Parts: sequence; structure tokens; C-alpha cells
Amino acid sequence: MGIRKKSFADSLFYVVGYLMLGIFTLAIIFPIFYVIIASFMDPTVLQNKGISFDFSNWSTDAYRRVLENRMIWVGFKNSIIYSVAFSVVSVGITVLAAYPMSKKDLIGKKIFNAFFVITMFFGGGLVPTYLLISDLKMLDTIWAVILPNAFNVWNMILARTYYQSIPTELREASAIDGASELVYFFKILFPVCKPIVLVLVLYQFVGMWNSYFDPMIYLSDANMQPLQLVLRSILIQNTPEPGMVSDITGFAEMSKIAELLKYSTIVVSSIPLLIMYPFFQKYFEKGIMVGSIKG
Amino acid sequence: MKNNNCSKKLWYIKKNWQLYIFFLMPAVILTFIFKYIPMGGILIAFKDYNSLKGIWGSDWVGLKYFERFISSPDFFRYLINTLKLSLFGLLWGFPVPILLALILNRIRQEGIKRKIQLLIYLPNFISVIILCGMVKIFLSPVGPINSLFGTSTDFMSMPEAFRTIYIASGIWQGAGWGSILYTAALANSSQELIEAAIVDGANIFQQIWHVDLSAIKNVIVIQFILQAGNIMSIGFEKAYALQTDMNIPSSEILATYVYKIGLLSGDYGFSTAVGLFNSIINVVLLVFVNEIVSKLNEGQGI
Repeated sequence: MGIRKKSFADSLFYVVGYLMLGIFTLAIIFPIFYVIIASFMDPTVLQNKGISFDFSNWSTDAYRRVLENRMIWVGFKNSIIYSVAFSVVSVGITVLAAYPMSKKDLIGKKIFNAFFVITMFFGGGLVPTYLLISDLKMLDTIWAVILPNAFNVWNMILARTYYQSIPTELREASAIDGASELVYFFKILFPVCKPIVLVLVLYQFVGMWNSYFDPMIYLSDANMQPLQLVLRSILIQNTPEPGMVSDITGFAEMSKIAELLKYSTIVVSSIPLLIMYPFFQKYFEKGIMVGSIKG
Repeated sequence: MKNNNCSKKLWYIKKNWQLYIFFLMPAVILTFIFKYIPMGGILIAFKDYNSLKGIWGSDWVGLKYFERFISSPDFFRYLINTLKLSLFGLLWGFPVPILLALILNRIRQEGIKRKIQLLIYLPNFISVIILCGMVKIFLSPVGPINSLFGTSTDFMSMPEAFRTIYIASGIWQGAGWGSILYTAALANSSQELIEAAIVDGANIFQQIWHVDLSAIKNVIVIQFILQAGNIMSIGFEKAYALQTDMNIPSSEILATYVYKIGLLSGDYGFSTAVGLFNSIINVVLLVFVNEIVSKLNEGQGI
């Protein structure tokens, strides 16, 4: 590489390319940075002058209001319960089903495959699904958000692809030792497949943590709402939880505080993700790679 | 002979009963209950649904709902909104990850490259609600964008701004993550080809055009076709979260319409009919797209 002098075209590429990459990167950093700074500011200063680094004006008042609010904690608790339960149930069922589907000689494999894959492309739609959940008396229960999408066909395909990369000699050897399919799966295959299981658990966990549609239609009880629905009323519907602004009188003051609360709410609700992100990021990347082999 | 084959199969199933009962059964039961039973519920689209009589007992109305929405001007507006939102989204959003990957691939310092990647993947994990909340904060009449320009435009209430907001925030959130596949394909491309091109005196644009792009050509084609096949299944969550009473003329898409008339207004039959129409177009598109892929891919579909 070093032999050749950099031509004009090369320099042009690096200037334009790095500039574009720089702008994109800044466009991602800036809003995140802005939200964090703004969440510490005095609402009046923020509204009139924008963010400033005059630390004397900073306060943690907005955080106090958010953290003292019961609904945020209820939301956190529910989100953790739903996400943990969903990822365990979903990945459990999915990796189990993927095992027979990874066998070349399974009788009925084509039928099962069609049975599952059709649901990726066609479904009953919103109202029939809602009526079913309602008929099953699952409205306002945790099952409504967990069971309907627990078996994920795409994840089953990912797990199946991974199993197929494990030499079949392993199964043959264990069969000679008299191990049943169950014993083989749990004692030998499952431990070898931990990476893909971890990827799927993270996928499902984050997916459930971030979703709001299913909880919105199936859970109307305020005490069952996950964090995203609490955030939705604060951020999207502009209605802070009642307790957060109860001491404020005057409409103008209230709307300023409500605006400020949005920033601190975003920060508070994103902290778990930001802490975990560097750890799980590489697993997600791995998951995409496994998927692309097949897709 | 046939009989023999049959008993062989039975013997296999008997011997491997665990595979069926323990491994497959839970997935089959869940799929049947939560995916196939609702497919039966599509009958509602042809019935005057009455909750006391149930789906089967309700009276047939034939194609009434289909006639109603096909003759309704609203329906066509929402169909066009759906198509425009996803087509423009595809057009603007598709090239960005490719560009990002091509540039990232030219960064020689591994450390810096990893840091940038870590950063541009991050927005992918932000929830729809937080993303839309941030969009609303930044675009509010008193928000930072307006104070930067000294204006007080209420972008969220402008129907003509909705698509731009939706698509730009989509690129902000997804482009970095979308570049992973291309980055991986580029990493696997032959370094020797690049060196040969350099020896031949190719400048960097020629290298990218002839070597890098041909290395990721297949990934690009597959990704494009896959995304094109999904234009009718554009998601509910983000459009609904970015909707305001004022931007409805451009922000109402079929998915949000189905939700509103179905669950909010309780017009079950009509909502199911619109949803069915949407999924049929979607299936037709996917079959069509799969045909194209298998043609390009020498007979191998998705």
C-alpha cells in the first residue's frame, strides 16, 4: 500500500467519506448528549436559552420527580417480569422445536415446516387475534403478551441452522451409549449451543422490553402496564403521571416541568440499556451473521 | 411395498416419539391456537359479527365490507399513504447502510472502526416510544431545532412533514445496524483483489466500484428484494406513536386504520376485511419477490 502516492481521487474519497461518517456519528451522539444535559437544567432557562453548561443552574429536581413516582417503578417491574418470562418461555419452546427440525430424516418434516412457515407470511390479523385472546379470558393477564408470539419461526430457523453445523457423529455416538433424544439434547447439544441460545434470549428480551402494541391492546389495568406504556403517556401523550406535578400550580409552570420531565424520563428509562449495551452488542452482531448464512 | 414403507414410517415415529411429543408439540400447539385459529376468525370479514352469537353463529353479509372500503375515498388515501411511506423509506433508507459499510471498510485503524460501529449500532436498541419521544422533543415549537433557526414551526402537526420525519428518524435508528451485513460481506472479500487493483493503478473509486461492490452485490440484491417484499407490512408502532390529530392526512396508514376502526370503534367486520386485503397484497408481493429471487439465485428461493 505504501509504495503508491495517494492520488487526488483517494484524498477526495477520504475527505468526503470521513465527513459523511462524521456527520452521521455526530447526528447520533448529539441528540443523546442533548437529552442528558437538558435533563439537569432549570426548565425556564432551558426553554428560553436552550442548554447551557453553567452548572450553577443545574438541578436534579426532574430526577427526583421521576424517581419518586410510583408508576415508573411499576413499569420497570412489569417490564422486567414480562421480558424475563417471555425470553425464557419463547426461547425454550423455540430451541426445542428446532431440534427435530434440524434432523434430515425426520418423518413429516416438510409438513411441520410448511405449518410453521406459513404463519410468517399470513395471519388472522388484529381483530380475530384480539377476539381469541378475549375468548380465552387472557385479557389483562401476563399470558396475553407472552404466549401469542412465544414461538418464533425465524428464531427456530436460526437455531436449526446452528444445530446443523454440529457434527451428527455426536448424536450417533451418544445413541450407541443408549442416550435418548432428550438426554442427548440436554446433556450434549444444548451446552454446545449456548452461543445461539444467548443470542436468541437477548433478541427476545430486548424485543419485549421495547414493544408497546401488544401491552397497549391487551393490558388495560394500569398496574400491569410495562415501562413503554408509562413512557408513552409521558412522552407521546404529554400527560405526566399525576404524582409528578401535583405540587405545581399554574399552567405555564406545569407545562415547562412536563417538558423537562420528558428528558429525565428518557434518561432514567434508558440507563439499564446503556449499561448492558456494550456487553450484549457483540452477541447481536453474531446473531445477524447466523441469520445471514441462511437468509 | 407401500405397506412396508408405511410400517417403516410408523416404526420411526414410535421409536422417536420424544421428538414429536416433547420437542415439537409445544410449538405446534401454540402455533395452532394463536396463529391458525385467528386465520379462521377471518370469517368475521364476511359476517355481521355479534359477540353473543360468536363467529360461527353470526349472519353472513358477503362482500359488504369489501364493497364499503373499496368505494371509500379514505381507504385509498390510507393505502397510498402506506405505499408512499414504505416506498420512499426504502428508496432513501436503502443506500445509507451500504455507504456506511463502504466507508467503514476503508478505515484502517481497527480501534477507531470498532468505536464508531459500537456507536452507530446503538440507536437500534432504543425503543420506538423513546425514539418518537425524542423526535417530538426536538421538533416541538419550543424545541432545539426551532430555537436553532429562531422559528417556531410545529413540525408534528404538518402532514407534509410526517413522511420526512418518519423516514429520517428511521435512518437515524436503523442505518448503522443495517450496515452490519455489508460490513461482514466486505470483510470476507478478497484482499488480494484489492491489491491487484492497486497494482493496476486503480484509484479508490475504481477499487470500490470493481472490487468492493461486486463483493457485496449479492447481499445488496437479496436485501433489496427482501425489503421490497415487505412494503405492505410496514409497522404499526412507529406510525401510531408519531401521529397527531393534525398530521393524520399523511400519517394514517392501513395498520393504524385497522386498529382504530377495529379496536377503538368496534367495527370488527370492516377492520378484519381491511386487514385481510392488506395481508393478501402482502402475500402476493412476497410470492412475486420469491420468484425473482429464485430466478436470480439459480433456482433457490428464500
